[in-house]
Amino acid sequence: MRKLPLNTPTPAHTARGLAGHGAKHDSAWKHVSGQARYIDDLPMPEGTLHGAVGHSEQAHARIIAMDLDAVRAYPGVVAVVTARDVPGHLDIGPVFSGDLVLADDTVEFIGQPIFAVAATSHDAARKAAKLARVEYEPLEAVVTVTQALEKKLFVRPSHTQKRGDPDSALSTAPHRLKGEQFVGGQEHFYLEGQACLAEPTEDRGMFVHTSSQHPSEVQKLVAEVLGLPIHEVQTEVRRMGGGFGGKETQAAPVACVAALLANATRRPVKYRVSRPDDMVQTGKRHDFYNTYDIGFDADGRIRGADIMVAGRCGYSPDLSDAIVDRAMFHADNAYYLDQARVVGHRCKTHTVSNTAFRGFGGPQGMLVIEQAMDDIARHLGRDPLDIRKLNLYGPGRDTTHYDQTIEQHVLPELMELLEDSSDYRQRRAEITAFNQSSPVLKRGLALTPVKFGISFTAKHLNQAGALVHIYTDGSIHVNHGGTEMGQGLYIKVAQVVASAFQVDLDRVKVSATRTDKVPNTSPTAASSGSDLNGMAALNACEKILEGLTDFAARHWSVPESAVEFADNQVRIGEQTLDWAEFIQQAYMNRIPLSSSGFYATPKIHYDPETGTGRPFLYYSNCAACSEVVVDTLTGEYRVLRTDILFDAGRSLNPEIDIGQIEGGFVQGMGWLTTEELVYSDDGRLMTTGPATYKIPAVSDCPPDLRVTLLPDSPNREATVFHSKAVGEPPLMLGMAVWSALRDAVSSLTDYRFSPPMDPPATPEKVLAAVTASQDWLRQQQKEAG
Amino acid sequence: MIEFLLNGHPEKVDQVDPNLSILEWLRTKMRLTGTKEGCASGDCGACTVITGTPDGQGGTRYEAINSCITLVGSLHGKQLITVDAFQQEPGHPVQISMVAKHGSQCGFCTPGIVMSLMALHANRPDHAVVSHQQILEALSGNLCRCTGYRPIIEAGHDAMVSEWTPDASHPAAGLAGHEPPTGAGDPQSVTLTGTDGTRYDAPVTVEELRALRRDYPDSRLVAGSTDLALEITQQLKTLDHLISVERIVELQGCRMAGDELVIGAATTYQVFREILSDSWPPFDAMIERLGSRQIRNRGTIGGNIANASPIGDMPPPLIALDATLVLDGPDGPRTLPVEQFFRGYRQTALNAGEFIHSVRIPTPADDESLFIYKISKRLDDDISAVLGAFRLTLVDGVVRDCRLAFGGMAATPARALKAEQALRGKPWNEDSLAAAMAALADDFSPMSDARASAAYRLQVAGNLLRRAWLSSDAHPSEQLMVTDYA
Repeated sequence: MRKLPLNTPTPAHTARGLAGHGAKHDSAWKHVSGQARYIDDLPMPEGTLHGAVGHSEQAHARIIAMDLDAVRAYPGVVAVVTARDVPGHLDIGPVFSGDLVLADDTVEFIGQPIFAVAATSHDAARKAAKLARVEYEPLEAVVTVTQALEKKLFVRPSHTQKRGDPDSALSTAPHRLKGEQFVGGQEHFYLEGQACLAEPTEDRGMFVHTSSQHPSEVQKLVAEVLGLPIHEVQTEVRRMGGGFGGKETQAAPVACVAALLANATRRPVKYRVSRPDDMVQTGKRHDFYNTYDIGFDADGRIRGADIMVAGRCGYSPDLSDAIVDRAMFHADNAYYLDQARVVGHRCKTHTVSNTAFRGFGGPQGMLVIEQAMDDIARHLGRDPLDIRKLNLYGPGRDTTHYDQTIEQHVLPELMELLEDSSDYRQRRAEITAFNQSSPVLKRGLALTPVKFGISFTAKHLNQAGALVHIYTDGSIHVNHGGTEMGQGLYIKVAQVVASAFQVDLDRVKVSATRTDKVPNTSPTAASSGSDLNGMAALNACEKILEGLTDFAARHWSVPESAVEFADNQVRIGEQTLDWAEFIQQAYMNRIPLSSSGFYATPKIHYDPETGTGRPFLYYSNCAACSEVVVDTLTGEYRVLRTDILFDAGRSLNPEIDIGQIEGGFVQGMGWLTTEELVYSDDGRLMTTGPATYKIPAVSDCPPDLRVTLLPDSPNREATVFHSKAVGEPPLMLGMAVWSALRDAVSSLTDYRFSPPMDPPATPEKVLAAVTASQDWLRQQQKEAG
Repeated sequence: MIEFLLNGHPEKVDQVDPNLSILEWLRTKMRLTGTKEGCASGDCGACTVITGTPDGQGGTRYEAINSCITLVGSLHGKQLITVDAFQQEPGHPVQISMVAKHGSQCGFCTPGIVMSLMALHANRPDHAVVSHQQILEALSGNLCRCTGYRPIIEAGHDAMVSEWTPDASHPAAGLAGHEPPTGAGDPQSVTLTGTDGTRYDAPVTVEELRALRRDYPDSRLVAGSTDLALEITQQLKTLDHLISVERIVELQGCRMAGDELVIGAATTYQVFREILSDSWPPFDAMIERLGSRQIRNRGTIGGNIANASPIGDMPPPLIALDATLVLDGPDGPRTLPVEQFFRGYRQTALNAGEFIHSVRIPTPADDESLFIYKISKRLDDDISAVLGAFRLTLVDGVVRDCRLAFGGMAATPARALKAEQALRGKPWNEDSLAAAMAALADDFSPMSDARASAAYRLQVAGNLLRRAWLSSDAHPSEQLMVTDYA
């Protein structure tokens, strides 16, 4: 069969577990029986030491003196290293310079590692690291986004995207509203903290077991700090206990510290970061300060928009350039802004360097326009859903403010379907009636869309490699550059490979991601895992199939068109061989049974100079309808029901995709509700553990949660089996909860006042919105009477 | 030396640091790595294991606990069951359902979730349907960052209607009702000695406890260690000498004495919850939100009081109810109203060597109403921003007496004396309420911290009084709390 299933529907088959089937996660049994190994579970090589770091207690200061004698003298301590002991590069910035593996003479945030300790136990290393005496000369510290904006302190240059003449559109629009919002950050709270195990190898090399979304970058940076060519360092990632973006760049410093300690002692070093240290030392989702100025007509149709998004990047660039870019790319969310200007600032502060987090700036950008949608609706006395639908992209209104044309208009229909299936209108009427008769409890409802661009905005990252081996018993082994963090990438790629050969899924094993199997890989990020690695694996399969088909045709003297791989068999003309038997024959006839594969995403380009291009291969679309109930005495609330409709294209694994959607939604809801990062005025994180930082718990799951995949919506782009990405977009469905909370509070003013409610909408913020609404009402009554 | 059963196998442990948590012991000494560390502070549940404790009546109480903040010394005489006992397929119904429902993604929280559901499975009444609320309650201390919980909840429902019938030789057969293996250890008092002179005593009588406290006045008392262990795992302290109260039968359990309910200081929330809620129903909803199931299985009423945290949840209602503490020590017992126990931020009235013996709570009179309201960012497993507990004696629409106590409003749990004054003897109406709410600003100057701002605390404290007013007889049918709504 030369015609691969790439652009055809999955054929009828009897092989089990092919693409489209809801196969179980490949590690499911290992998870439930405690046999899935994470870094800290690996058997430790003889003589393994344990790492810890001492970190800065000042937000911005010069280090005058550092006395580490007590650290060195602590029982069990074997080595202490500082910046001066680093044999290679000190700077491990992933894209731009600015991140030091250990601070040199200046510290720029509370929590910045300044020295590292290796000791005979985890406990000893941590206790010893607390004994340093560091003398600081304090320097002026800038902590908040607004402080940085005032001082024009940026880690990277600001950018503008502009289409048309927004200023004149705004000044001539019949209605005009301005607003602002502070959007909170978010701690990843992967359940497995950062961890790695570094083992010295021959030739001063290093083998690193890491819990990283980006093994190639860990490999490169470890090589650089050790002053080695990259080939002396190899890294392996079997699985992560959650990543969410928090292990894209943030795993590398941990691995570099472990490698430095292992190099200094020539002993294996395990470094797992305790939860409070992890929360203090590693970057989080950027908090943003956003403003909008929007002009619209009497129907609520946007005529012009002037939007500013400013992210708190922390002390170094890390990935912030691309993250603020993505906030800008998504400041329209799903709406045609017409004449528009979007400005993005990358604010430098003396706080931890914020980093990738599921959505990568997109969520923070979308919130500004979603706030505006609600505000426009209140201003005009309309239902917010009507305003949202009116402004959706559609034919004739289909180019973004950065000049990409929307080619597949999914949302208008998707939102109609969800509006119907969630009984939005009927519930709206019922809720309005309830609110009129319930003085304390108020219910709220909102239906919000998500349009999310799929591709890395850094073009070079849109590539992937894979390695497929068929062994002589017909079993298949796959490696690819993607990492498994729970999202089910391994099983999806295995399903792709099983589909390519039309064999049972249990013949295919995807094993740990290793830099010596597949080199130069991109991070598993940007929702691209299965798009990129699935295609690379398919490409490898295609190459093997080509040789096998050619062999079958020659060996059995049939035309290539008479060779078909199906149902765990190979049909060659009139005869049929079992898969394993055929593979045996191919081996005996010296046919290659292994191949690498490669994929590079087509069509994409973007010019940062002009702020235009096609940064995304396609858009992922979805929408959520959430209902909440709010207590106007305390600000407490619950989510009562959520309906989600999601376009996963032709899903590779509907069960896994639904898991991503539900998990993403709840994570996004957490970001916008209870997850509050609190900093002191001098830049110290006060919420350093789950006792104070509250991610959603089991009772926060909506008691009525209905998730459906949009049927019959294959990706028009040639993605793997025409599936669509699913990793990040559902996080932004949490916006429906935030908007529903505002809706509930807005009922206090008969939906005339749009209450400020900066996310995260903790009970405290909700009560403040209630108070603001009551004050507004009093003011209105005073003016009226 | 301490003795216990680890997945059915007798273990004798000595010469280990008594500061070691069960989790650390499992992972580093036994290299049993199925049980995970997510936070080492008892907040995430990844480390959940099951302990089987003899209940004194010939049976065993199987409970999910956080192994990261439970000290290894506490295991004496118990069974310890970990996920490692369940490696054979097809496995326990909980495992089967979790796989079938796609209940794991990254899998790191999964062993803890499995153990919490297995504990619920073991404790479910024969053939009784386990409610949705019971499943949520069992999982209240298990954070999952991947799934959003829906498949886990469904797996829980499925598992609860499936039987598990292991052989008697299964390492966790006790969970299925098999007779627990014997050999769990000496019923007398024991001491675990660390290599560096550290020590953990587990006496079984009050007399022994008094003697130990007399001889070692600098020792620290430990009950459930749900807060104490944080000094070890979070502040990296070494506690040289710990004396555990959890094996002292006299300090355990609830009984009526005259018109008072007496709760032994070492009684866990889970044990006293039902009895206390029988007398005073508002406790039930509050305790539901106090910590998690794992914490309630370990935390004790005496520990919560002695800890003297301004945000401990038991002291305000106990103050509102004018409960009394029985203190004991080298000089013998004495009594003290709970209200007088707190002398300043984390300062108590305990003298050197003293300990809390029990709490005496008066039974309600017909004209008394109690309201307890806990406010926190999250419903499950969160520490209060504010807790209000109000006891009102209403006669013919007049507040004959009231005690209004708050947590989170001052350095100690405290009464709002001026607000009480504004109500006492006044008609229970909007005007009196407004006066009492206004008086709170004179009673308290709360602080701002990571949980809430001072302004929110003050505003909510007043609104909680309003909630009590709205929920009293004057306003019959209104729904007031989101937790009641859904």
